Amino acid sequence: MVTGKAVENIAVKLLQLAVTELPRDVKEALRSAYREEENEVGKAQLETMLKNVELAEKTRAPMCQDTGVVIFYVKAGSQVQGLDKVEAALRNATVKATKEVPLRPNAVDPFTQKNTGDNTGRFIPYIHWEVVPGDTLEITVMPKGGGSENVSALGMLSSSQGIKGLKKFVVDTVINAGAKPCPPTILGVAVGGGADIAMKLAKQTLLKPLNQPNPNPELAKLEQELREAANSTGIGPMGLGGKTTVLDVKVDYAHRHPASYPVAVVVQCWAARRASARIHSDGKVEYLTHKVV
Amino acid sequence: MAVYKLNTPISEEEVKKLRVNDTVYLSGTIVTARDAAHRRALRFHKEGKQLPINLQGSAVFHCGPLVKKEDGRWRVVAAGPTTSSRMDLFEDEFIKNFKVRIVVGKGGMGKKTTDAMKHYGAVYGAFTGGAGVLAAKAIKRVKGVEWSDLGMPEAMWVLEVEEFGPLTVSIDAHGNNLFETIQTKADTKKQKIYRKLGLQ
Repeated sequence: MVTGKAVENIAVKLLQLAVTELPRDVKEALRSAYREEENEVGKAQLETMLKNVELAEKTRAPMCQDTGVVIFYVKAGSQVQGLDKVEAALRNATVKATKEVPLRPNAVDPFTQKNTGDNTGRFIPYIHWEVVPGDTLEITVMPKGGGSENVSALGMLSSSQGIKGLKKFVVDTVINAGAKPCPPTILGVAVGGGADIAMKLAKQTLLKPLNQPNPNPELAKLEQELREAANSTGIGPMGLGGKTTVLDVKVDYAHRHPASYPVAVVVQCWAARRASARIHSDGKVEYLTHKVV
Repeated sequence: MAVYKLNTPISEEEVKKLRVNDTVYLSGTIVTARDAAHRRALRFHKEGKQLPINLQGSAVFHCGPLVKKEDGRWRVVAAGPTTSSRMDLFEDEFIKNFKVRIVVGKGGMGKKTTDAMKHYGAVYGAFTGGAGVLAAKAIKRVKGVEWSDLGMPEAMWVLEVEEFGPLTVSIDAHGNNLFETIQTKADTKKQKIYRKLGLQ
């Protein structure tokens, strides 16, 4: 049984953790990029990023002023009672976190241009639901920044182009994006399904920990190839030059229509913020991405 | 790759000393302006209306800060730069009409802005994107907020800063544009990357 209040409190905590402290794998990837970067200007950018991450963690302040659009991924155990309370709880948590953390109000009506002021609006925060066997409720929050989202791309490629078309599309997306998405970025790439399915999978794949090879050896090879290709563009940290243009590339796929070859690239900035918690049936909370004392 | 410490108002002469790859730490007044504030400022200019603040010799910051009101006073929590290319549409007019000397942002700007910077004497200083807390640390005080009807990210925040930086000079007043150089190099490398991926 989950109560709305418990979910709300946990979601506020997740939002606070996400925007103030990077998951360990992302910090590690930035540190390793800093060690390996040879371009002086690029290295200085990575140094500033690491200093900023440290200061944000110490002062419990959001590392970036763009605290993003709030997206939740919910894995609901089929035996969990009280799931009907979850959506309202996540909305309330967003309002509360906006005031308390604070988060920048980032929900604007596309017609009137009016900012709601509390990060909620039509379909926002967006909640992705997945029903899984079991009695636990897993909540992940991904506050997604606008700069990187703006260079994300969907290519409805011709099926005859196949995997070559995918590789070209990814390289072109990285080069067209240039400095804009706050590199070094993480690329979520997905192929197949349909336009919406590819985009959804591409974004969702950004939740996977960095520097863990894909369990599918073919995809692991493709990820490495794309990573090397992106890093040989010379765009570098913040587009000021260097060999670290991406921290990682994550690939996922769905089976496709014979006539379609949708390729989605969702770009995530270096401040790759996410936080997850699992709520057990006895009410115990397990934080999966952050150490909580 | 020299390091400069500058105070606002900045003179044309000072700005012309700066070269691409130099580092600047800025003290004085910096004013945030994103798309909406740029548009309104230029509309005011066209209609012959005074801006609420004088921007001559100052720095404009492409930033939608995260601010919090504490005991009736604004405090900047995080204030990293936003993507500058969105302001490419009107930055040349902005530099020309308001005589700003430093544009601070991220991601660089295009040819029209680079030309205006050369013509009127201004530079572009890149601040590390996402480094919002470091930026906030250098902001000593919120001197005022104008056009708050535009919403927190889009309003014009007038900020007092101390050694705000490091800013990497990436467009100078002599027509050099570091972002463009890197982008051109990346475009040139494209064919080589395609070949390596077996695409050609």
